[in-house]
Amino acid sequence: MNTKIGYLIAIALLLVAPFAIYPVFLMKLLCFALFASAFNLILGYGGLLSFGHAAFFGGAAYVTGHALKVWGLPTELGILVGTAIAGVLGLAIGLLAIRRQGIYFAMITLAMAQMVYFFFISADFTGGENGLQGVPRGTALGFIDLQDNLNMYYFVLAIFALGYFIISRAVNSPFGQILSAIRDNEDRATSLGYDVDRYKLLAFVLSATLAGLAGSTKTVVFQLASLTDAHWHMSGEVVLMTLLGGLGTIVGPAVGAGIIVTLQNYLASGPLGAWVPVVLGIIFVICVLAFRRGVVGELREMLRKSF
Amino acid sequence: MTNTGQYILETDGLTKEFKGFTAVDNVDLRVQRHQIHALIGPNGAGKTTVFNLLTKFLIPTRGSIKYNGEDITHIKSAEIARKGVIRSFQISAVFPHMTARENVRVALQRKLGTSFHFWRSVKSLSGLNDRADELLTMVGLERFSDSQVADMSYGRKRALEIATTLAMEPELMLLDEPTQGMGREDVELVTELIRKVSANRTILMVEHNLSVVSRLCDTITVLQRGAVLTEGNYQEVSADPRVKEAYMGKAA
Repeated sequence: MNTKIGYLIAIALLLVAPFAIYPVFLMKLLCFALFASAFNLILGYGGLLSFGHAAFFGGAAYVTGHALKVWGLPTELGILVGTAIAGVLGLAIGLLAIRRQGIYFAMITLAMAQMVYFFFISADFTGGENGLQGVPRGTALGFIDLQDNLNMYYFVLAIFALGYFIISRAVNSPFGQILSAIRDNEDRATSLGYDVDRYKLLAFVLSATLAGLAGSTKTVVFQLASLTDAHWHMSGEVVLMTLLGGLGTIVGPAVGAGIIVTLQNYLASGPLGAWVPVVLGIIFVICVLAFRRGVVGELREMLRKSF
Repeated sequence: MTNTGQYILETDGLTKEFKGFTAVDNVDLRVQRHQIHALIGPNGAGKTTVFNLLTKFLIPTRGSIKYNGEDITHIKSAEIARKGVIRSFQISAVFPHMTARENVRVALQRKLGTSFHFWRSVKSLSGLNDRADELLTMVGLERFSDSQVADMSYGRKRALEIATTLAMEPELMLLDEPTQGMGREDVELVTELIRKVSANRTILMVEHNLSVVSRLCDTITVLQRGAVLTEGNYQEVSADPRVKEAYMGKAA
């Protein structure tokens, strides 16, 4: 009941937000919130630390950019194609990585993502260091002009809501039950007849696909896909967002993304502009040392204790 | 005595070698249907390794395993479980971040065939709640069905584990030290529970507590240094001087 009220308030706030805050900033926030929530599906609920999610985010960003700019696909279709490619990439990388756990899983995903990154550097269609610029935003449903920032905002909000719904449903589904069982005790799940690797693979593919959806949407918002999207810094940033917000909580990663993106934006224009990575690093250390459950996780724990 | 129908589980020359060390050495195990069969032996005798081999958490170096007459030597862990051989672990095997009812439901829900359905609401599982609660009642946990398992006592976790195992309707239960680390009351509780659930099924258990073994088990196999030392009922085994020696060292 309380969560329902919380969601209603959040939706109301998100609907009126662009009248108070610059819409492009909000859209960036939503894209990264979706990215972090998708990542949380594999780290928080699957218990697997992927260090290669930039490959899905960046891969989808490039594919969507190419599809819209060169092939001239409608916006929705372009986003769909990018998202689908991220899913396929997730399946390929997942099939290799899922056999290993812990640090080895992280290493394999990182290595694969680096290969994807170097492919993007050398491929022609990405525009190399310049990135893929001037991607047209097009229209939504064929008649809503997305060049208008307000229209674009509601379009992104709808995508975010859809992605967020899929994630929270997956967590609270029959599949989600098995996933938490595997995270809690993998051997026991096996001895109850579950082929755990298949469940982990599905979680990984879902996570990759939705990370792709975030990347594709980001391309449309900024009309740009660049190497930054696929760089391993991006993989690290999403880990930070998820941990800061609260691992394995539904809203945590979105909150974490909000904090990080806001900090980046405000710090970049201030006197600390050149020190953003240092500030983020310090936050990360404090987070890991002092409040390991993350912002949302700690709040939830405080509520639990006081009632 | 070569009638295979009589045995639910048979191993032939089961062997596991680690680098330069034979953990399980040429074990021929015959587990009779509807019996409670114990596997005992001093520490390091290879009891748990045998369990790991039987359930394919380890791959045998040599030898074969037959279950209901079917060769399962090369079948994977999860599939062995689906065939009705369910194991427990030395440390309690529960899912701590779920409720007791959810724990049991994990075992029940596979039959629905919706375990990959990430788009379906978890409410679609509530049809299993009655059966889950029934199983929880059977092990005396009816008051705890909505409790977070992490907060439950050790004895209750083990009881929950048995309820979850029963949910699989196993033909053969492999219990790895079910009373380990328990106070006497909990030992009594679990012993009674095992007796209760042994009706119409076969149990193979590793157990250190010999009073539990003497009260429950029909057949006892004694392992020493990975090999079978002797086999028989409790009287026969406990009278065997080699068994005393294995546990106590050579009499002076």
